[in-house]
Amino acid sequence: MVIYLDSATNRKAQPNENFAREVMELFTLGEGHYDERDIREAARAFTGWSIDPDTGEFRWRPFQHDDGVKTVLGRTGNFKGDDVLEILLAQPATAQFVTAKLWREFVSPAPANDAERREQAQVAARFRSSGYDAKVVLRALFSTQAFWAAENRGALVKSPVDFVVGTMRQFEFAVGDPMPLAVVTAQLGQNLFAPPNVKGWPGGEAWINSQTLLARKQFAERIFRADEMPRFAMNELGRPGGAAKAGAEARQRFIRAVYEIRFDSDRWSAGMPGAPSQAEVERLVLARAPVNPIQPDIGTRELVRMLTLDPAYQLK
Amino acid sequence: MHRRDFLAWSAAAAGVAVFAPRHALAGPAARYSNLLVLVELKGANDGLNTVVPFADPTYYALRPRIGIKREDVVRLDERFGLHPALEPLLPLWQARELAIVHGLGYPNPNLSHFRSIEIWDTASRSEEYLDDGWLARAFGAAPAPRSFAADGVVIGSNDFGPLAGAGARTIALANTEQFARQAKLAQPVRASGNAALAHILKVESDVAQAASGLGSGVALRTEFPQGQFGNAVRTGAQVVASPAGVAAVRLTLNGFDTHQNQPGVHANLLRQLAEGLMALKSALVELGRWNSTLIITYSEFGRRALENGSSGTDHGTANAHLALGGRVAGGFYGAAPRLDRLENGNLVHTVDFRSLYATVLERWWGVPSNAALGGKFASLDFVRA
Repeated sequence: MVIYLDSATNRKAQPNENFAREVMELFTLGEGHYDERDIREAARAFTGWSIDPDTGEFRWRPFQHDDGVKTVLGRTGNFKGDDVLEILLAQPATAQFVTAKLWREFVSPAPANDAERREQAQVAARFRSSGYDAKVVLRALFSTQAFWAAENRGALVKSPVDFVVGTMRQFEFAVGDPMPLAVVTAQLGQNLFAPPNVKGWPGGEAWINSQTLLARKQFAERIFRADEMPRFAMNELGRPGGAAKAGAEARQRFIRAVYEIRFDSDRWSAGMPGAPSQAEVERLVLARAPVNPIQPDIGTRELVRMLTLDPAYQLK
Repeated sequence: MHRRDFLAWSAAAAGVAVFAPRHALAGPAARYSNLLVLVELKGANDGLNTVVPFADPTYYALRPRIGIKREDVVRLDERFGLHPALEPLLPLWQARELAIVHGLGYPNPNLSHFRSIEIWDTASRSEEYLDDGWLARAFGAAPAPRSFAADGVVIGSNDFGPLAGAGARTIALANTEQFARQAKLAQPVRASGNAALAHILKVESDVAQAASGLGSGVALRTEFPQGQFGNAVRTGAQVVASPAGVAAVRLTLNGFDTHQNQPGVHANLLRQLAEGLMALKSALVELGRWNSTLIITYSEFGRRALENGSSGTDHGTANAHLALGGRVAGGFYGAAPRLDRLENGNLVHTVDFRSLYATVLERWWGVPSNAALGGKFASLDFVRA
């Protein structure tokens, strides 16, 4: 963060506002709960934060720090960076903002009515009073009525990681080296540990456009045809921008790893009690009813392939 | 005229509102025979080092380390010149096919990348939050003909920007052949459900239609520059070459957030921009589309007038942008912001960015702009009839 948001060059003589702005906008308060003056003053408090260029360790450089009096969000004092972070965390807006992000990840795009809005506010209040304990906020979130409501099934778009890792786990794929799966999530718009900008991935419906939807379908189409995996690997994943760029060794590793990814439909069906009906498999695989009619009397592998190509498979 | 448009017009003429057009200034095929190419300079291009006010001593006072030296500037007139990396564009300026609009911005500027590009993309006021892009709203009110492959094509970016929103048929792609192959997996279906499902179904149906229209088209002789932006320009040219047509193409050149060590990075980006634009021009001339294409650059904001302590520039406000094409009336438009009258160290805008959009909608396409832009903005004179 210190590198990305230029804290290392945020010096007393010439403050760099990048970190001060983004920490308020993206990670704590959210837009609308601070003004440009708060940013300028907070940037002064963050002066002196730096890194050791050799080790990458955080470094405090007191001679670069502006030790004058600052006023941030109505509070005045001789603040250092940590003091400003405390001021930000004390604001109820911070708990609400982070809780709304968690809600978007686990419940629905936004509370749909007053009852859900009240629940979200209660979760935020518990988050703040717990001193921002992740366990507390997640427990509270997963205990809301909204989390369990039928209307909120399939209300969210799976992220590329949900989609790829979820498919591997849901169908108990044999996976050796997971590297090809990371290449796939990157092609679907989620390059692990490399978000597009400091804000992170926008998520939700933005995951799906003509490019990424087709790439998702192609992955589902091919991954359940184990006998075609080599072709899948060579033709679709080994393109420039994928592993092909990474040199011969990485390419070998990639191809080897792709061969190891296997779906065993018999074993997967055997894991379920009795012989599951088609309707039972549908309910197991999809968060809501399939959009396209599914042919009756097809084998499990084909059924799974059809269901994972259905638009409903993009939802969680 | 395509059969479906003919049906629509006959139906309307007969007073039978079966396929009544949503807007009736010009026939849809005629209005969108003019193509728009938007080039996003993502990260916020430094306008002051792009269109350099080399005659103003204040410029050199504000930028002692990163200012473009007077002798290096590619002079356009007595006061302004281009960054040397933009020299490939000089013939366009001399042919009066390059317009430069000074001082584009909006009141109460927001200095966040995310918020300010949202304002530019949605054509909102600074304190107003809109969901749909300005082009999506314009296409919602005045769609491109159904025979078009899409209203808009976004190349080399997963973010739809001005084309985001249910009103427009927008396709994102990186490469036309790959798109055609993959599109076989999309099926247009009718179903209802929550917002997330509705979005997925719309994308499926848009893909199916675009795939039927975006053939490989003509093989182009133009040579395109290497690199990500060169590839995007090549794909853009191939989309324009396809028989079905599109109304708008959006390209993105990334990396303009030059907080540190700006000079080398910025020169490299502007070189890519200039070479990409000249290759695009060459392809459009080859396709006979140079006179029916308008190319416009945009960015979330300009950069701070005063350089920072890291040989870079922080987030700023007003900015200069380029408009080029065979029917562009070259020259300078708008007043350049004064360097001795900054606000919080930033340039004060002189032309509302929505004037640029009004020019596209009214002068280039002949469609009304009020609804798409949320008000009346004076259009600029850089489009020739």
